[in-house]
Amino acid sequence: MGKKTPLYDNHLAANAKIVDFAGWDMPLHYGSQLKEHNQVRQDAGLFDVSHMTVVDLSGKDVTAYLKHLLANNVAKLTPNKALYTCMLNEQGGIIDDLIVYKISDTDYRLIVNSGTHDKDLAWLKKQIQSFTVTITERTDVAMLAIQGPKVKEKIKTLFPEALELKPFHFIKLDDTFIARTGYTGEDGFEIILPKTKAPAFWDQLVSLGIAPCGLGARDTLRLEAGLNLYGTDMDEKVTPLESNLTWTVAFEPKERDFIGRSALEKQQQAGVKQKLVGLVLEGQGVLRNHQRVIVENIGEGEITSGSFSPTLNKGIALARVPAETLDKCLVEVRGQRLTATVIKPPFIRQDKKSLVGV
Amino acid sequence: MTNIPKKLFYSATHEWVRKDEDVLTIGITDHAQTMLGDLVYVELPEPETGFETGQECAVIESVKAAADIYCPISGEIVEVNEELLQNPQVINQDPYGKGWLFRLRPFENDFTNKLLNADQYTKQVASEAH
Repeated sequence: MGKKTPLYDNHLAANAKIVDFAGWDMPLHYGSQLKEHNQVRQDAGLFDVSHMTVVDLSGKDVTAYLKHLLANNVAKLTPNKALYTCMLNEQGGIIDDLIVYKISDTDYRLIVNSGTHDKDLAWLKKQIQSFTVTITERTDVAMLAIQGPKVKEKIKTLFPEALELKPFHFIKLDDTFIARTGYTGEDGFEIILPKTKAPAFWDQLVSLGIAPCGLGARDTLRLEAGLNLYGTDMDEKVTPLESNLTWTVAFEPKERDFIGRSALEKQQQAGVKQKLVGLVLEGQGVLRNHQRVIVENIGEGEITSGSFSPTLNKGIALARVPAETLDKCLVEVRGQRLTATVIKPPFIRQDKKSLVGV
Repeated sequence: MTNIPKKLFYSATHEWVRKDEDVLTIGITDHAQTMLGDLVYVELPEPETGFETGQECAVIESVKAAADIYCPISGEIVEVNEELLQNPQVINQDPYGKGWLFRLRPFENDFTNKLLNADQYTKQVASEAH
């Protein structure tokens, strides 16, 4: 028996298949993962992501603290804007990836992964040092994601204020926090609200035609969108430069001394030896985590996330391969070597629903 | 509840077997397709190939996992369900009907004592669900 979100009974009522995810009893699907995947690509889907960790930070030094803590630079943010970033250790290894939301110069919110809950909170506390910062984990809230091209239309009377939000912007309406963010590659929102209000709110969204979708669909959606999963595609043994996340590291201004900076600079000077790329299997089949990748005359790599793309009807994967890898490789699938095309993720883009880069 | 038709025979590895004249039709059980989830890929044996009992002879993959199919009774493949190659989800929709995998001509006539009947298979599924 794992931890339960406030929406657990809603999931049971919707016939969810419940599985353990990082110690939480979460819905894998409500009948068909493929149907839920397509629902999000074509219409609108609803996810319970209350297992994720919400942390509020406040205090007069909080901006300076976050400029030191995070590899991306919160100085880019104005109030009501959010930023995707990695949190690194001194060696440049990724402790976690997260979204930081700026409420004001003295108030921020972080959303971090559930699987890294304990070590993230310990690290956040350890780095306070002489900064005046208060850390409050928000265990009193639930988090829902509504994703898909028809979400805006379906919530237009419920949250007219949210319709004008630009990507990675958010608003607070009383006790409800609405951000134009997500993990599917589709337009949509992530909503944080008091736990007590979550079950009725869930039912309301369902009644608007936003169908419940499980973590299974969430995984194939994020993979098609080329979004890394912490613990699978990256961890403390690799840096953002080896994880297709160089764009999230703010090296400018040079005087900002963030944790991991010197290690990343050394790695850049020495030359980054491996990279995270997308693979598309040329023939039929499914790619799986940990399958061996062979790059002829160059070296070997490994699939970090492999699956089947319902949108492309092909096996796709993220893989860590030698930096010199060009446009083709071989993947060892049950003793056979199958040809795959190497692309820069994402595999599909919003509104195109087609293969990118092939 | 999972559907386990009385008239079929079963293997411990979740294949079902139906006898039609001198040919056996083989598929995966409703329980197996539920456990695997949405199927997206099927690899079937070549017709006219012989397989021993328990030998891997096909692969089916869902979004979540790959599963080997073991030949429940030794025999020679006479026909495979080509429709599955284009539309593997037929197995999810109709595991005992349109979702059959292949037909084989058994090497031995008396095979039923090597398989489970519906009651025995029901007990096995229940014991796995602890």
